[in-house]
Amino acid sequence: MSVLVADRIGVARGNRAILQDVSLTAGPGDFIAVIGPNGAGKSTLLSALAGLIVPATGDVSLDGIALNRIARRELARKRAYLPQNPVCEWPLSTERLVALGLTAHLPALGPLPPAFDGAIAEALADHDLMDRKDQPVTTLSGGEFSRAMLARALVARPDIVIVDEPVTGLDPVHAFSAMARLAAWTAKGKTVIASLHDLTLAARYAGRILALKQGRVAGEGTLTAGLIRNVFGVEAEVRGAGANVKVDFLLP
Amino acid sequence: MKGLSIGLAVLIAIVFVLSLLAGRVWLSPAEIFSGHDALAALIVTDIRLPRSVLALLVGGALGLSGAVLQGLTRNPLAEPGLLGVSTGAALGAVTAIYFSITTISGVAGPLLGMAGALGACALTFGLGQGGGTIALVLAGAAVSSLTAAGIALALNFAPNPYAAYEIMNWLLGSLADKSWTQVWLILPFIVIGGAALATTGRALDALSLGEAQAQSLGIDLTRLRIAAIAGTALAVGAATSVTGAIGFIGLVAPHLARPFVGHQPSRILLPATLGGALLLLIADIAAREIHLGPELKLGVFTSLVGTPFFFWLVVRLKRTSP
Repeated sequence: MSVLVADRIGVARGNRAILQDVSLTAGPGDFIAVIGPNGAGKSTLLSALAGLIVPATGDVSLDGIALNRIARRELARKRAYLPQNPVCEWPLSTERLVALGLTAHLPALGPLPPAFDGAIAEALADHDLMDRKDQPVTTLSGGEFSRAMLARALVARPDIVIVDEPVTGLDPVHAFSAMARLAAWTAKGKTVIASLHDLTLAARYAGRILALKQGRVAGEGTLTAGLIRNVFGVEAEVRGAGANVKVDFLLP
Repeated sequence: MKGLSIGLAVLIAIVFVLSLLAGRVWLSPAEIFSGHDALAALIVTDIRLPRSVLALLVGGALGLSGAVLQGLTRNPLAEPGLLGVSTGAALGAVTAIYFSITTISGVAGPLLGMAGALGACALTFGLGQGGGTIALVLAGAAVSSLTAAGIALALNFAPNPYAAYEIMNWLLGSLADKSWTQVWLILPFIVIGGAALATTGRALDALSLGEAQAQSLGIDLTRLRIAAIAGTALAVGAATSVTGAIGFIGLVAPHLARPFVGHQPSRILLPATLGGALLLLIADIAAREIHLGPELKLGVFTSLVGTPFFFWLVVRLKRTSP
């Protein structure tokens, strides 16, 4: 199990600061939801946490070692990353798409070793994709495709899973089940960091909220009406608690 | 995949033997293998064998690099010409003809051709680096235009009609009148380039998911681009510098292989290599057997046969894209 730490990171594009002074510690069992309005820097933060972009200031480390000093392959074995709206450019079968998640574990040449067949079958079964395994992913429905991508991210059993808006475009049932799968993953001692726009889902499933506003941390911890007002500038009502919590926006 | 590759290899063996028999003078297997007919033996070992081996090498290089470039750019219309490699090699070889360097040494054309391919590649890579795949493709288009302009300039100012004729002839692409010298000259470059291209399979698979996911899966995108471009420059640059421009093999071969291997980029590499070799060998036999007065150039033939395929691809792409 690994601990991911971001220490006062800053990212700039041209003269514009995208992220400033963002710190975060994510350990085993943590489910962290990153929330904030469009353009707040959520995707940039997740890319930096995944090691895909190197912050201009501060650093991100995994178990005390800066990400840019960890070999790509080794890092790829410990953390998985799913971007917003993932794509697959060729009509691969669902099974082969899921197997791509094992890339960092495979030898440089040759076919897929049979030793991985079990892990792939398990990932397919976990995400209700067994009857779709030979179907080209380009013919899957939106919900099936995003389940396949999630299976792709989890098939290698990474310690840390970073997902950018995993439930965007999913109907409520699929959104709930995707969140439940991620929550189940943290129950096994893994770490999940996900950006979310649906605040009810964030409040229900994530143990911790990290709210971003204009590239800075605007609040951390549990979701409250005060935090929503501060970050989004709208009045909201947070009702209930635990698995029944519900967020309602109050129109002016 | 195994079955497909074995099937292609068997087909290549059959067509290869046929290519030794076919030509202006048809030979029977008995004439070749009896050993009594000195002229037949000479035709086979000095003319047809190097020509057929060259067809396999060049076709294989075009097919493999086409498969790698299509995987790299995730663009089914990509081919070696895309990155400016073919026209770069052409410009190098044309320069050699223009300045009559070819009269100093027979290998000058091929060597300058490879230099042109590498130069074009370096320019493409230098221009397109850091901007992702789209920038790379645009840089390739810019370099292609530049080198094509250079070739047109050489034709425009050709010192004499003979030089212009030679340049034209070479631009049409042909395997005729090639000897073992050319085979040995390009073999090392095609082997090294092919080896670099063959290592890209795993990275190309991951790249199906886009650049961000491929990177997150531990793929070094810079290393992948260098292997793909340098490998293409060596293999296709060497091939083009000897045979002239031969189009469409690099485009068609990967497409024919793709549906048989579940569209996975790494599994297309071997069948595309074999398919490219087979296609060029068949095209060369056809070019030899079609008599319409002057010799039908191989490059012209592959373009004539390949262009309808291009049309079909575009039409299908329009139909399948939303």
